[in-house]
Amino acid sequence: MLWLTFDTIPQITMGSDADLENGVTKRVPGPTVINYKITYEMDKKRHHEVPVIGGANAEGRSSFQEKEKFFGRDDWSEEEAGELLHLGKLASQTKNCMNCHTLLGNGAYYAPDLTKAWLDPAWGPNGPMQAMTGKNTKEEAMAEFLQFPSQYPTHARMMPNLGITAEEAKGLVAFLKHMSSIDTNGFPRNFGKIEGAVNGK
Amino acid sequence: MANSYLKYESKKLATWYFTFAAIIFGAQLLFGLVAAIQYVMPSFMFEVVDFSVARMIHINALVVWMVFAMFGSVYWLLPDETGIETVGIGLGKFLFWAFAAAIVVVVLVYLFIQVGPADETSIWFIHEGREYIEAPRWADFAIVVVALGFVANLYMTGMKGNRSGIVTVLMADMIAFAGLYLAGMFWTDNISIDQFWWWWVIHLWVEATWEVFVGSIAAYGLITMIGAHRKVVEMWLWIEVSMLFGSGILGLGHHYFWIGTPEYWWEIGALFSALEPLPLVAMFIHVLYDWGKMQGQEDAKGLEQSVITNKPAFTWFVLNAFGNFLGAGIWGFFHTLPQVNLYTHGTQFTSAHGHLAFFGAYATILIGMMYMAVQGKNGIKVMNNTKSTIWATSMIVGGVLGMTMALTVAGYADFIVSRAQWGATWEGYFAGQSTIWLIQGMNWRVIMGVITFIGFFFLVKDLLSIGKAAHHVR
Repeated sequence: MLWLTFDTIPQITMGSDADLENGVTKRVPGPTVINYKITYEMDKKRHHEVPVIGGANAEGRSSFQEKEKFFGRDDWSEEEAGELLHLGKLASQTKNCMNCHTLLGNGAYYAPDLTKAWLDPAWGPNGPMQAMTGKNTKEEAMAEFLQFPSQYPTHARMMPNLGITAEEAKGLVAFLKHMSSIDTNGFPRNFGKIEGAVNGK
Repeated sequence: MANSYLKYESKKLATWYFTFAAIIFGAQLLFGLVAAIQYVMPSFMFEVVDFSVARMIHINALVVWMVFAMFGSVYWLLPDETGIETVGIGLGKFLFWAFAAAIVVVVLVYLFIQVGPADETSIWFIHEGREYIEAPRWADFAIVVVALGFVANLYMTGMKGNRSGIVTVLMADMIAFAGLYLAGMFWTDNISIDQFWWWWVIHLWVEATWEVFVGSIAAYGLITMIGAHRKVVEMWLWIEVSMLFGSGILGLGHHYFWIGTPEYWWEIGALFSALEPLPLVAMFIHVLYDWGKMQGQEDAKGLEQSVITNKPAFTWFVLNAFGNFLGAGIWGFFHTLPQVNLYTHGTQFTSAHGHLAFFGAYATILIGMMYMAVQGKNGIKVMNNTKSTIWATSMIVGGVLGMTMALTVAGYADFIVSRAQWGATWEGYFAGQSTIWLIQGMNWRVIMGVITFIGFFFLVKDLLSIGKAAHHVR
């Protein structure tokens, strides 16, 4: 048990910005992963989906090349991104997300699993949520929803107003984007299959 | 307590713990009911007591009443096992009031403040928002102090008095119980690391230290209630403890499938968690078997046979053996293999397992201990069932089994539609939630929850009045 713990902890320790720049894959990448495009693709060798950061190379692995703007920027420094993630993690706890939602598969089942919420087609360019909030990007749509959930009812089971500020919402979205980049051994399976997220198509 | 037969202060203190535990048990059921109703009527108490708040109180109350009843059980059995009064009884009484007061403050804050801004003060004074261990940080420290005080009492008494096998096991177990809580107390931005340690508290508490605790209580109960031979019981207790540590500790692996941890946990988790249910059932069945055999031998020699001295408690102890096997064992095994768990993890399936496992493995035996305390307090030699005992037992057990069935059916719809078909997306989640199986399952869950709740009132009535019934042997 102790030995396994000593083996596991380094493996799930957060990576750094340098790792991302040098193309080192970590199970839990550093906070600056928010500067990159993230997808969730089938890995032929492991036979399940894995997060792919910055587009896939010829072998279908993360190429760390393609960036993606996050709130208008793709140059968040390690410190800035770290602060955003810290705020988001704090907010996820103080707002008690886990007692309705599921995070990494753990929590309550009263609201959708957020493990890969960032990659959810509902928030994508053609999904209903962007149109509903009138925003142009995924992160802005998410942040808007988090701040004013009662203005955008999606179901009879609504999210309550938790007094989330604009800054906290930004942190929460960064937290969600970061969580979607964690290698969860293929969980949830076939995420977004209907929309064709498998193999990025 | 004019009619009290309690010679030991430790036993009186135990009755305080049991009383407070019963009150919190009621709160657990009440807020569980609120949360269950919200599934079928989402506007119920919306933005007054939201699902998140109701559920937080529901699960925290569960943990707290069980911990109270566990402390109570230990204070109850210590004088019997060691032959002496608990050493730091004043400390025990003080800690009881401190703990109870802290709980009340925490719950009031949960209810009336609910959420705070995303900064450290919320974590310190409102809640930590981490399932099951939401207690704010100030309360974390208070819990550690209370736990250490309790452990000190147990050790001082165990060292001074006659140290039986049961007490020795409890001494080792409670150190682990107190120590493991520390794993859930620190902060990290990395949610994978967060959940890695979080499971040390949740899993190792529940599936290792609590299970060992239950083994000790079951051993004590079998000796006092049916006169089972201590040698037989303690032999099984030791075997069980080693089996539990063998399976329960690495069974932790079944929580490490999907939180970012390496893939080798799949095999470890699958293997060891499959072994987990065996020990407790083995002990109970073998002790009963050995007891029956000895009864037969004594009967053949024309000797007097022992009788069950507390029928309500014995019923709950038997329910514990089966409930543990069904809830923790069968329902756990249902979805413990990673191939299945990939789809069922974090669905209503999990809550079906959770409901039956906590009830079967812990609530049952702790209710049994409450009946033992009522018996002792009233100086009854052989305690019989009353009508209320029968009503309480059947309604609570029937209600929880019904909830489990309802949630299992709902779980199937949940994982087939939301997970297998839709791959756990937002839209898929609500598609699953609106299937007729899930909706009906949730309706049945509320109905069964109400039955459980009514059963709880019968239980309270029974615990308060059974001692006065005239049909016991005094």
